[in-house]
Amino acid sequence: MTEVTLPISRHFTPSETRYDAIIIGAGMSGMAAAIRLGMYDKKVLLLEKHSITGGLNSYYGRGKRQFDVGLHALTNFAVKKERGRPLTKLLKQLRIPYDELLLVEQQYSQINFPDNTLNFTNDVNNLINDIGDKFPHEVDGFRKLIAHIENFNEVALDNPYTPAKEVVRRFIKDSDLLEMIFCPLLIYGSAWENDMDFSQFAIMFKSIFLEGFGRTTGGVRKIIQLLLKKMDEANVEVCFRNGVKQILTQKGRAIGVETSRGEVIHAPMVLSCAGLPETLSLLDKQENQNSLPLPRTGKLSFTETILITNTKPKNLSFDPTIVFYNNRSYYKYQKPEELFDKESAVLCFPNNFKGDDYNEGVYRLTMMANYDKWKSLKDTEGSAYIDQKEMVYLEGIKLLKKMIPNFSEDQVLFKDVFTPTSVERYTGHFGGCVYGSPDKSRDGSTPVNGLYVCGTDQGFLGIIGSMLSGISIANLYGLMGSSTRAKMGPETHP
Amino acid sequence: MEAGEVRKIVFDIIEDVALDEDLTNLDDSLALREQLDLDSMDFLDIVMELKKRHKVEVPQEDYPRLATMNSCVEYLTPKMQ
Repeated sequence: MTEVTLPISRHFTPSETRYDAIIIGAGMSGMAAAIRLGMYDKKVLLLEKHSITGGLNSYYGRGKRQFDVGLHALTNFAVKKERGRPLTKLLKQLRIPYDELLLVEQQYSQINFPDNTLNFTNDVNNLINDIGDKFPHEVDGFRKLIAHIENFNEVALDNPYTPAKEVVRRFIKDSDLLEMIFCPLLIYGSAWENDMDFSQFAIMFKSIFLEGFGRTTGGVRKIIQLLLKKMDEANVEVCFRNGVKQILTQKGRAIGVETSRGEVIHAPMVLSCAGLPETLSLLDKQENQNSLPLPRTGKLSFTETILITNTKPKNLSFDPTIVFYNNRSYYKYQKPEELFDKESAVLCFPNNFKGDDYNEGVYRLTMMANYDKWKSLKDTEGSAYIDQKEMVYLEGIKLLKKMIPNFSEDQVLFKDVFTPTSVERYTGHFGGCVYGSPDKSRDGSTPVNGLYVCGTDQGFLGIIGSMLSGISIANLYGLMGSSTRAKMGPETHP
Repeated sequence: MEAGEVRKIVFDIIEDVALDEDLTNLDDSLALREQLDLDSMDFLDIVMELKKRHKVEVPQEDYPRLATMNSCVEYLTPKMQ
């Protein structure tokens, strides 16, 4: 794999006690926000409780191998200079030239249900044609759904919650097709079970079906490397292994933080990418005695199995990039009753982008999982937790054999399994949830003046959405004067 | 400062903000927004870059005067004396 080495920082303690802005968490959105504020000469402190950046989308190494975890693919694919696309907008805002991403497209992806399979690429016409072949009576409705989504302003902040399935049923009558269309969009970003807000649906539909998947050569490290370089140029001060013990407030206004290492740091703006309930739970207890009830904890969490093999999937005649697999007659997107749901999964084959920088075969399998059950196993003495991780691995092998007849367990050189408790440990998200609370703050505001939230948790898909969210919130509350803000409003286009 | 120098300043800023765009065929009399992929956030960046690099403040009611390269130069030249 293309080697991207990232510096290991040993900077733990803030150099000053007063900043223009404190950012909590060096996830994608926190880093993007920090860059924007720093670019325009704001003195920014970024606090990260772990020793590396990336948050939910992270990376690790074992021996010579480098692994990505979290992110399967970049959504919102765009070719260079493609106008009005979220990716183009993001690169402009961060002043990153397109070519530096070394972006490669997916080959094609697949929605694999018991009675039908649909293939899609970054050209939506391929999906339209496939629907035309397999659901000929629905293809006009699907075209009309696309037109409806293209004309819908999914980023208007006053859109009321509208269940997406109700809207989509006006265009798609066949419930099998409807479930197939929803499957990738739900599992790649919905904080709601089995359905989602129509605005969120439209965001995801555009990002996945109209724009599509890509991968930066070098994986998530490439993106993090670009962000670290930009943060450096923007003079952002980053402290690692130093989180936030509490957010300090005075008369309903954020005035700074107390770090986990005990430093008291002041700033008129505190921006958090830790999640909404997670952020509000950090509020200064004395000042916020009668604080509002916390937003709900999200229910959706996952296991992820990573395999390294001695042969690549294409050598086994298997070439899709991502497979959304479901073995039920409908798509069950909810917290499973059992430890993990064996009947559906997302399988990512990073070797199957149109450009493969790995030396070995790589397989990544994501399954829905029950946080509470994993948590109680983790808290139990003995080997139960490890044994169940092995079960996740074995189910993954079974699924791969079903999908790729020539796949065999003998090809596996390395395996690793992450559970909802791993997600909780690395992201600090309550309940190990991946897409945040169903209660969102899309405009980034909180009940506390001067305290804002950003990130995927607030309803923006993938890392492109996440970074754009950080940028929008930084622009809106950190860079625009209040009069500009009133006129322009938040432009939180993901 | 002369008009030519002001044009160079604005050109450099636009080149940085719209970093993947080719500005060689820019028509100074046509709207920037129609020739380049510039949205309202990018115009805000142009204004902020002017302030950061040259200490020139553009009040919000004057934003329409940044519509074309010619109007930028005409508007900014007196401010850069």
